[in-house]
Amino acid sequence: MEVTLNHYLLIGAVMFVSGVVCMATKRNGIAVLMGVELVLNGANINFVAFARYTNLGLDGQIVSLFVIVLAAAEAAVALAIALNFYNNHQTIDVDQGDRLRG
Amino acid sequence: MIPTLANTAANTAANTAANTATTIQSTLEGWELSEGWAMFLAAVIHVSLVAGFFGLPAGIFIWAERKVSGRIQDRLGPTRVGGKFGWLQAIADGGKLIQKEDLVPAAADGPLFRVAPYVVVVSSLAALMFLPFSDGWIAVSLDIGLYLMLAVMSLEVIGVILAGYSSGSKWALFGGMREAAQMVSYEIPMSICVVIPIITAGSLNLNEIGAMQSGWAANWILFNDPFTFIAFFIYFVCATASCKRAPFDLAEAESELVAGFLTEYSGFRWSFFFLAEYASMFAVCGIAVLLFLGGWHTGIPGLDTAITGLRDPSGSWVFGWLANLLGFGVFFGKAGLLVCVQIWVRWTLPRLRIDQVMMTCLKYLVPISCVLFLGAVIWPLALSFTGHTTWGSPTGNRAAPAMRLESDSGASVPSAMPSRPLPLAASNSNEEAGR
Amino acid sequence: MTEQTLFFIFAILAGGGAIGVVILQDIVRMAFSLIISLGSTAGLFFLLGADFVAATQLLVYVGGTLVLLIFGVMLTASGPFRRIKMSSGETLLGAAVGLLFFSVIAFTVLGVNWQAVPSHREVATTQSDQAGNTSRAIGLRLVGIPADNEIGVRKGGGSRTGYLLPFEIVSVHLLVVLIGAAYLARAKRHESRDATEGDA
Repeated sequence: MEVTLNHYLLIGAVMFVSGVVCMATKRNGIAVLMGVELVLNGANINFVAFARYTNLGLDGQIVSLFVIVLAAAEAAVALAIALNFYNNHQTIDVDQGDRLRG
Repeated sequence: MIPTLANTAANTAANTAANTATTIQSTLEGWELSEGWAMFLAAVIHVSLVAGFFGLPAGIFIWAERKVSGRIQDRLGPTRVGGKFGWLQAIADGGKLIQKEDLVPAAADGPLFRVAPYVVVVSSLAALMFLPFSDGWIAVSLDIGLYLMLAVMSLEVIGVILAGYSSGSKWALFGGMREAAQMVSYEIPMSICVVIPIITAGSLNLNEIGAMQSGWAANWILFNDPFTFIAFFIYFVCATASCKRAPFDLAEAESELVAGFLTEYSGFRWSFFFLAEYASMFAVCGIAVLLFLGGWHTGIPGLDTAITGLRDPSGSWVFGWLANLLGFGVFFGKAGLLVCVQIWVRWTLPRLRIDQVMMTCLKYLVPISCVLFLGAVIWPLALSFTGHTTWGSPTGNRAAPAMRLESDSGASVPSAMPSRPLPLAASNSNEEAGR
Repeated sequence: MTEQTLFFIFAILAGGGAIGVVILQDIVRMAFSLIISLGSTAGLFFLLGADFVAATQLLVYVGGTLVLLIFGVMLTASGPFRRIKMSSGETLLGAAVGLLFFSVIAFTVLGVNWQAVPSHREVATTQSDQAGNTSRAIGLRLVGIPADNEIGVRKGGGSRTGYLLPFEIVSVHLLVVLIGAAYLARAKRHESRDATEGDA
């Protein structure tokens, strides 16, 4: 059984959906960040799979390089925000961040 | 279309006369195995060879460390095990460590505590897979070999953090975090200093870079321009720091943090950490030798031609293997010399505090390596106004192929280089028109 | 056959790691599961012939971003192995939504006839007889030269303007981000709780 584009797209989908569920259901702020990383990786797998199996070519791989770099930048800022949240609320539980609730 | 493993000397110019290079995989295929099985078996053989080699640097350098440290401290070091010089001390140590009790602290996170040494060992072992030990003796020959080697070595940080965290003790946690911060920070100047000889050589393939430095020792990339010369020393400092060696050894500093992230590890797990440390010391010194010091070439053309002359296609394959073994001996000797320098530095210089360690990296080494990088890039550009891009003509295989502005018939281009000049490489269009 | 075996090993590790991140409750074990997942993604990239991207994934993502995440975990943990529990109703709802979402994506993916999409022409590989030898080609693409005889390139196609401008923008972006993150995460004087309580 040959490995086709569908297989890689399904793996990308598994990672993407896991990331979305992680973002939606976890209460730990860092866990939400992990969900974001999973989402970006699912998209990366899709990009590189299309680069390999269709005529997208190396553009797909270059885009995935940019995605990796931008994900690193975004993780840095998100972590700084999470640290600030922790310093202000003494907990990382994002459900406790409801001071502005109307 | 997976990358083929076990590529050997087919790409080096040294073998252009008669391409007798074979790979283990093609030999197995010659014995009527299917391609998939041949690839799998070749991979197993390569991994076994590298794993068998893995304990060798540790065995030799542990003994060397104890002897050298003893002599520096005006004592003898081990003298009992295995004769007058204590050759087998490392084996005796290994035996002692294996039979120690397997302790896991009660407050430790069990699975993570057990997994952490293996993460460190795997990253060290995998780094050795991309290192060419001689001309063509490389487990996995990739065009991005050096890049992948740095990437795999950077996974050691994960093992250190896991070890520190899962030990369940505050000494271990602090030691692990400091150690991880140090290792991650020193990757930056190390990577910049690694890029500098790559710019000169024009390839990330360690086999090619090693093959390029044949001929006289003046051909080594170390002597190419003053920037690569200084880059070698900066790289050596960063490599020492990334291996957690003194004077950057906050992790193992008994007087500072008990033993840092190794506090709760004893017996065989502790020995795994040290196997990995000595193997990665050897790996970074091996990179330094390949990038700066000429790899497996002796630097004396007479000796080199004698060695490669053994690789006579009409003779039996034993001589080719012997030539490679001699090259391996040269490589191991050079890398071993650099490791001995690391040992020497450890027992000579006092330890740096963690804030001094971070300050050295961020305030001194990063700006210095950036300036060196800039200089190494501008050097051929500045020289091109005089009509050459190198100071003097490189002999042997050394040339930055895309930047050669004069036609030297002497130097031959390694066959894996693009055979036509890349259009953006020639900064002088008149030279381009003249070719 | 080797490719299928390797694909399944890496796919199971990647997918299993991803699902493990969702299922596990201890934050450090979630981080470790994420490390396994992203490392296996790098393996998948190798299988897809993207050597440079895979090495970048290992170096930047696993060796950099995840270390950053783990530092964040250590700095915000309020005690060893503390867990923030989820109620079982939430768990069930999350699982149901996840399965539904995945089935929508899978249905869409499997419904497209990928054979109709033009695949890359079987062009000659480079002189090094390895698939995935993409670093030189990527470098040339960055400056806008779609190198011929490279893998996966339409002959004469590709972006002629290159990717240098996005590259420079990303470099400046990284600089700004790191300065901003360092500023945000600086050690501040801890305000007393009476001042912050106010009339909350």
